[in-house]
Amino acid sequence: MWFDRLLQGLLDTLLMVGVSSLIALLAGVPMAVLLVTSDKGGIFAAPTLNRVLGAFVNLFRSIPFLILMVALIPFTRMVVGTTYGVWAAVVPLTIAATPFFARIAEVSLREVDHGLVEAAQAMGCRRWHIVWHVLLPEALPGIVGGFTITLVTLINSSAMAGAIGAGGLGDIAYRYGYQRFDSQIMLTVIAMLVALVALIQLGGDRLARGLNKR
Amino acid sequence: MSQTSALKVPGAAPLPLQAEPLTLRPNVNDAHVRFIGLGKTYPGQAQPALQGIDLNIRRGEIFGIIGRSGAGKSSLLRTINRLEQPSHGRVLVDQVDIGGFDEDQLVNLRRSIGMIFQHFNLMSAKTVWQNVELPLKVAGVAKAERQRKVRALLQLVGLEEKHQVYPAQLSGGQKQRVGIARALVHDPRILLCDEATSALDPETTASILELLRDINRRLGLTIVLITHEMAVIRDICHQVVVLDRGQVVEQGEVWRVFGAARHAVTRTLLAPLQPRLPDALTGRLQASPASRDSAVVLKLTVPGEPDLTALFNTLGGSVRLLQGGVQAIGEHALGQLIVSVQHSPHATGPLLERARRWAEDVEVLGYVV
Repeated sequence: MWFDRLLQGLLDTLLMVGVSSLIALLAGVPMAVLLVTSDKGGIFAAPTLNRVLGAFVNLFRSIPFLILMVALIPFTRMVVGTTYGVWAAVVPLTIAATPFFARIAEVSLREVDHGLVEAAQAMGCRRWHIVWHVLLPEALPGIVGGFTITLVTLINSSAMAGAIGAGGLGDIAYRYGYQRFDSQIMLTVIAMLVALVALIQLGGDRLARGLNKR
Repeated sequence: MSQTSALKVPGAAPLPLQAEPLTLRPNVNDAHVRFIGLGKTYPGQAQPALQGIDLNIRRGEIFGIIGRSGAGKSSLLRTINRLEQPSHGRVLVDQVDIGGFDEDQLVNLRRSIGMIFQHFNLMSAKTVWQNVELPLKVAGVAKAERQRKVRALLQLVGLEEKHQVYPAQLSGGQKQRVGIARALVHDPRILLCDEATSALDPETTASILELLRDINRRLGLTIVLITHEMAVIRDICHQVVVLDRGQVVEQGEVWRVFGAARHAVTRTLLAPLQPRLPDALTGRLQASPASRDSAVVLKLTVPGEPDLTALFNTLGGSVRLLQGGVQAIGEHALGQLIVSVQHSPHATGPLLERARRWAEDVEVLGYVV
């Protein structure tokens, strides 16, 4: 029975982190590309758009997750119809993770040597070609590294989401470990989280190293 | 001055040195690239980067642009494929003003102009093959055709075996060969070289220059290169332009500019390639004759291989060779000698006059006892 409960918690955590990180990936990469290319001197230079987007990202990055989660309750209810459970947690997790990941991916994209962009222009690449064939492949190892960090941060935040009834390992540790002083459960959950984070970090590092041909 | 000697090229008929049967007379209609009153001022800078540039680059020639860093070479080169937008004037490529081109026209223009770079600018995440293939891929060329062309070009630059390797595993010279293959993959009419050998060692530089010369001859490609090394200009260029602070200060056929550089910047750039007096002698050099026994030290520049018998007969007296040699510049040979001549102090004027009959350029370096 304990085993079932822990397994369920693990699955809930994986579901919350998996879904929100996937959305953060799909939304964050274009956001990062936009942040880089719309900057002054970029290939899609649009300084006003760049400033607005930058301010938007900073706004969400500066709100602590616990507060963001509570503040987003009406929005969450509108999107998923409930403010309780795994799917209700996915909404604030995604909204917190996307700008976070976009900023990290932006750094990797900015590190791509301008000479490569120039070479691509000189060979007759259109601007979208430059994004697709130059910026993204060259920044990919860094983006993978940034996504690993985002995953770990999401596991961290998902434990907080447990506190508003989202389920997952954080919820179990809080209810059984903290409120009922069951240190055995607490330690088991900690061990599981450590293993999960280590696994993600290891996998992410391996992938990034494999992709890095420099 | 008029020497009709010939430079022997193995397996070829002797080429006259001073007549110019192989180089075309300037002809505006034949200009492949033409700059008209070109100027560039960067925002926030008072001093223009380029000013009043009027130049014709003829089809099939190797055109060198030299200058110190910050002279505007890079900006000028980049106006040809409009990586740089000029502030004034026009650039004509094949008689067409490229100033008003939209993105589609620019993409087409750039596909007809290859470019290579000092730091190679290869995509680190792509293999050699993928790097060379990229320009074709973005142009929507079919796979079979891409394979044929990439294979042919890797063969041309001698890197067939390295096609699956990533650029990080290549040497500098090999990277530049990949760069050249990539630049040629669209069969361009013009190749732009941005300090293409500046990051390479002398031996690799020589092999890359040889490759560029070969491409120029075999494909009839117009090559525009910028460099800060006169040796590069000497080794492969037909025409040279010297830029200083955004302006053209000297231009002409390379062997002529080498023979008689007028501008101080050109002379400075040429200095490393000129025969120099031995240090021991430089210390003893005086500005005016000290005694009756003083000898005048002359630097003589003469097109072709210097006829020494004629030199001795012309100068008379005791002539000593201090330094000198013959440089090959394209099809031309240029002799440069430093000699000392013992003569009466009062007769320097007539002596120089006689020297000028033999040499194209005579420079008095000083006097030694």
